[in-house]
Formats: sequence, C-alpha cells, structure tokens
Amino acid sequence: MAEHAMYFADDSALRKYKIKRVVINVLLYTFLTIFALFMLLPFILMLVGSMTNADSFSTFESTANFAELGFKNWTFSNFEQIFSGKITNQLTGQTENTTSFAQFYLNTIISAVGSTAVTVVTAVLAAFAFARLEFKGKNILFASLLATMMIPGELMVITNYQTTIAIGWRNTFAALIFVHGVSVFYVFYLRQTFQQIPNELYLAAKVDGVGDVGYLWKVMIPIAMPTITTIIILSLMGAWNSYVWPMLVTSDKYKYNQDYDMRLVSTGLMELFNQQAGGYSAIKIAGSMVVTFPLFVVFIIFRKYIMRGVSRSGIKG
Amino acid sequence: MAEKTLKLPSEVYAEIKDKPLIGKRRRVQLPQWAVAWLVLLPALVFLALFMFYPIINCFFMAFIRDFQYVDSGGTFALSNFFRAFSDPCLQPFEGAIHCTKRLGKYFMAFGFNNFQTVLSNGLFLQSILNTAILVIVEVPLTIIISLLIATFLNNIKALKGLYQTIFFLPYVTNSIALGLVFSILFSNTSGGIMNYIITRLGGQPVNFLGDIAGLPYKMADGTIVELPAASKFNQGIVIVVNSVWNGLAFKILVFMAGLATIDKQYTDAARIDGAKSFTIWRRITLPLLSPQILYITITSFIGAFKMYTGVISVYGQGAYYFGGINKTDWMPVVGWIYLQMSNESQYKGINLGVPAAGSLVLLAIIMLITAVQFGVSKKRVHY
Repeated sequence: MAEHAMYFADDSALRKYKIKRVVINVLLYTFLTIFALFMLLPFILMLVGSMTNADSFSTFESTANFAELGFKNWTFSNFEQIFSGKITNQLTGQTENTTSFAQFYLNTIISAVGSTAVTVVTAVLAAFAFARLEFKGKNILFASLLATMMIPGELMVITNYQTTIAIGWRNTFAALIFVHGVSVFYVFYLRQTFQQIPNELYLAAKVDGVGDVGYLWKVMIPIAMPTITTIIILSLMGAWNSYVWPMLVTSDKYKYNQDYDMRLVSTGLMELFNQQAGGYSAIKIAGSMVVTFPLFVVFIIFRKYIMRGVSRSGIKG
Repeated sequence: MAEKTLKLPSEVYAEIKDKPLIGKRRRVQLPQWAVAWLVLLPALVFLALFMFYPIINCFFMAFIRDFQYVDSGGTFALSNFFRAFSDPCLQPFEGAIHCTKRLGKYFMAFGFNNFQTVLSNGLFLQSILNTAILVIVEVPLTIIISLLIATFLNNIKALKGLYQTIFFLPYVTNSIALGLVFSILFSNTSGGIMNYIITRLGGQPVNFLGDIAGLPYKMADGTIVELPAASKFNQGIVIVVNSVWNGLAFKILVFMAGLATIDKQYTDAARIDGAKSFTIWRRITLPLLSPQILYITITSFIGAFKMYTGVISVYGQGAYYFGGINKTDWMPVVGWIYLQMSNESQYKGINLGVPAAGSLVLLAIIMLITAVQFGVSKKRVHY
C-alpha cells in the first residue's frame, strides 16, 4: 500500500483507504476460499473415502456418523482389492473376480504413449510443411484442415466405428492409437510456433549445406521444444481421460479377444461402478482415486508447462 | 562511407543457390514441393482415413434412403454400400429383411427421409431440449463465476499461486471419476453430503439421482422418512453442478491470461481520476477482456452442446444411461447419436443414416450458435 501514499491528501484519507483495502481483501479471500473448498470437496471425499475401510464407509453412509470415516484407522484395503481384481460384493459378501486396475493402467499407458508419439510426429512434420515449405495447394489444404476443426467429432465417430470394425481393429491398440493419431489443432498450434522462427536461420542453414529435414531436426525442433513439450503433456492427459472412443471400441471383451481385457482406466472405472450395483462405495471411490492420482502427479511436476500451454493454446479438455 | 562487411544469409544464399557446391559431395536434393508432400504424407493418410472420409461418408449416409450398414466385416462402409446397391440379398442379415420387404427390388435414392425420421423422433427432440436447457443454465453460470474468480485472483497477492493451482485441478481430473464422486456426494443415503446438509438445515431429503421413490431415508434424529419421487429438476441440478465444476478451470485460466495482458496504466489512470473499483471493472477491464469472453462463450457453447460424459458420469450406470426409469431423462443430443449407433440398436435394424442425420443436425445447431455469436460480437467486442 505504501506505493499509493503519494495519491492521498492527508493521513486520514490514507487510513480510510487502508481500512477499505483490508475489508475488500477479507471479502475477496472469503469468496475465493469458499469456491476453493467447493473445488476441493470431491477430492477430500476421494481421499477420505478411499482410505476408509469399506464396511465403515457403508456404515457412515447409512448413519451419517462422521467418526466412521478413516481419519484414525485408515487402510489400503480398497486399493488392494482393486489392484488384485478380487472385489467383495457388498450384497452377497462373495469375492468377485474382475480385471485388475493394473491391467487398465498398462493398457492406458500403452495407448496414451502410442497415440502421443503418433500425434507429435505427424504434427511436427505437417507443421513444418505448412510453416516453412512452399508448395502448390498449401493454402487450400491448410484452410480445409482448419475448417474441419469446426465439425463435431461425433459426426466422424459413426464412420470411424464402422471402419474400425471393418478392418478388424476392434479391441486392438491400433484403434486407440491411430484413429485419433492426428490432431489438426496441434498442427495449427505448432505451425504458429514454427512461423516465429526467423527466416534468416533457414537461409543460413541452407548456406551451410543443411537440407530441409536437417534444418527441421537441428534447428526448428530444439527451438520449438517448449511447445512440443506442452503438446506431449496435453496429448497424454487427453488420452488418459478419454472415455467415449475407448468405450466404443474396447467394451466387447466377451465377444472379441477374450484372453486380454483391452479396456482403459475410464471405461474400466465406469464398469466398476456399473456392474457392482450393490458394491461398496468406498471401493468405487478408491477406483476414482486410482484413475485421478497419476495425472495429479503429472500436473504437480509439469504445472508450468500445462497451465501455460492451456492458456496460450486455448485447448478445451 | 562504411563498407558493408557482413552479408545477410539471404544474400549469400541468392548468390550460391545455383552454383555447384565446392569441396563437398553434392547430395541429391528433392524439390521443395516434394519434400513438403513427403512430410505431410503421414498426417494426410490418417486425416484422409479418419477425418475426411468419415465426414463425406456421414453426409452420404444421411442423405441416402434406407442405407443399411451390415456388420459383415472386411470392407469399408462406403464399399459396403455399393455392395448393398448391387445386390442386397447377398447380405446375410439385414439383407434378408430387405429382400422380403422389397421383394428383391432395391433402389438407391437420395432424400431427406433420414432427417424426417430424426426430426419426428420424440426422443431426439427431447434430447435437443435437454441439451438446450443444460447449456442455457450451465454456460452463463460458469462464465460469470469464472470471471469473478479470475478478477478476484488478479487482485490478491498472497496465496495467489495456491488458489490458482486449486482452481486448475478440475482440468486434470478424469471426468468419469469426478462424476462418480459427485454421485456419492449427492446420494440419497444419510452420508450423502448434500442431503445431510439439507436435512440438517431442516429440509426434506431430495432424490437427486433418480432413484426409486419410497426408499427409506434415515434423518439425523433417527426418524425414517420416505424418499420422494425423482424429479427432472433435481437431477438437472446434479448435472449442472458437475458440469460447472468441470468447466471452471479452463475458463479461469483463459480469463487470468487475458487479465494479465491488460496494461495497468489504464486502471491506474482511472483510479487517479477518482473512478470507483466497480466502474473501472465495468468500463475498462470488461471491454478489454471482451475478446477472451467471446472466445470462451463460443467454445463453451459448442462444448456444452456436445455434452455427454458430464451426464452419464453422474449416474455411473454405463454409457447409455441418462437417468430416470426410461434411462432417458436427461439424454443429450450426443447421447442420442451414440445410442442410435451402438450395437444394441443396430441389431434391431435401425439404419446408420439416422444417427448420421442426427449428427448433421447437431452440426447445424453448432454452426448457427457460432454464427449468431459472431454476429453479436461485431458490436460488442473490442480488439
């Protein structure tokens, strides 16, 4: 507040201003704290519920006795059940065999890494062509790519689903990796970064006898690395959280590919909730926790990249 | 006169461009257009197969009368169509139905009958209405709250980073996991936090998730009351809360980025002139933020009209459960499209032209919204 002192006629005006400032600050922080708690509420439930003994949590649900929650005697048994694939049914008391979440993790990691690799490679190459090279039809092609960004993905899903069945990709990683292997948005985003690289560098490289691809590899990619990192992280996050497409192409585990459960974390989680109608809530919450947690770790490590990338590129998750 | 000692690379390049390289083996250099198409090839292959073809095919399916996709494998939808065109009786499943229906005659005709089917389908019209209601409630609410939070965040110093991180958390949360946690928060058990708060404040328990009426609910004092029947309104609250929660992070971040670009000189100048904080916000901050507001409004209207996981995740009973006894209480447009194309309805012989036509209607709605908003923005947005 000291820097504003010069604006005020006398001390009483300054004091008035200071009091007003304090009141405003209290209001601001109160509002923000209330909303922050609203934001954190699901996470608090996730944390407490998943660490509470499944029976205790059921008791809590029917009695609203908060002492039942696992503040004192917390347990990992819910996670054990999820990862061992042996879940106790609340109604029958029997142990039911399901797919372990470790399997879903593995599937999701494979498909996320695969699709991110394909996305990044195709986006870098295409953005290079659009930003740096001259060829006939460049503008028309780029405009038509941009136009497709307007079209809702649901329109393409219908045919893509049929294509996937027709070429035998149902329940394969290929369907999860290649069908959304190119993101027009990332091409567009990367092209903007590439265009900011001065032309003189390209010509200097040419003088030194470096070819187009050599220039891309040795100059453009290192310069655009922050953008590429952002694309990698956002693409991984998108693949981890995707639900609709994996649900369509991997849900038929009984008809196709019986030995191997191809489902991803989101679809597996939905199944956990869906099939276990009489199941323990604590186990379901633990499932949510298990699905959410890895991305939290990624977020904490790459917070700057993610927030900067999202605000600059304006990507809707 | 100073002599120019250094040449720009462009000048050097222009000089040596056509000369043979000295002392270096000349590599075969492809012309630039060839390199361009070569590096574009991987992206174009995928785009052609999984984007351009599906778009064309969607229009194709929507405008063909009685298009039947047959799940016989081995071919693409388009070639499948041509096979159906040449001899529908060859097809093992729907083909047989077709032949009996039409006595072996099959004709190809373009027309609007798929659109007729879609637009006369009560469920589809209901899904459009559902989506419209959710969009109209959710989008303005989210934008106003996120605008407030962003403005407030911009005005504090201490703990700013912490609050920013908390408000960004929903962005990295799996929406299915989140919806399921919300369904437990809103559950009709005594431990459902929302009902706990309502009953503690003296209210009656609310059936938020469309459960059967009459289930026992144990109040805090031990008396047991019957759960009232589920209403669409109560279920809508959960869906809206879930979507607002999910949508805030992105909008706050964009607004924060917009606020950071506003030059402090404008607001300082106004403050020296004696303007009140609210006036400054209303007359300076808001107009300068209008490009971001327009951007957010358009993207969130489009995004909200494609709402799907936000609804199913709250119920957590599979991909085609949208609440209520009929499972269709809050069915969104996208949900209707997926339901139509799912195996379940395909085997009943519903043709794929119907969901294709439905998705084109969705496209039309989205384009209409975007056009209207751009029209309005011409007057209101300051660049």
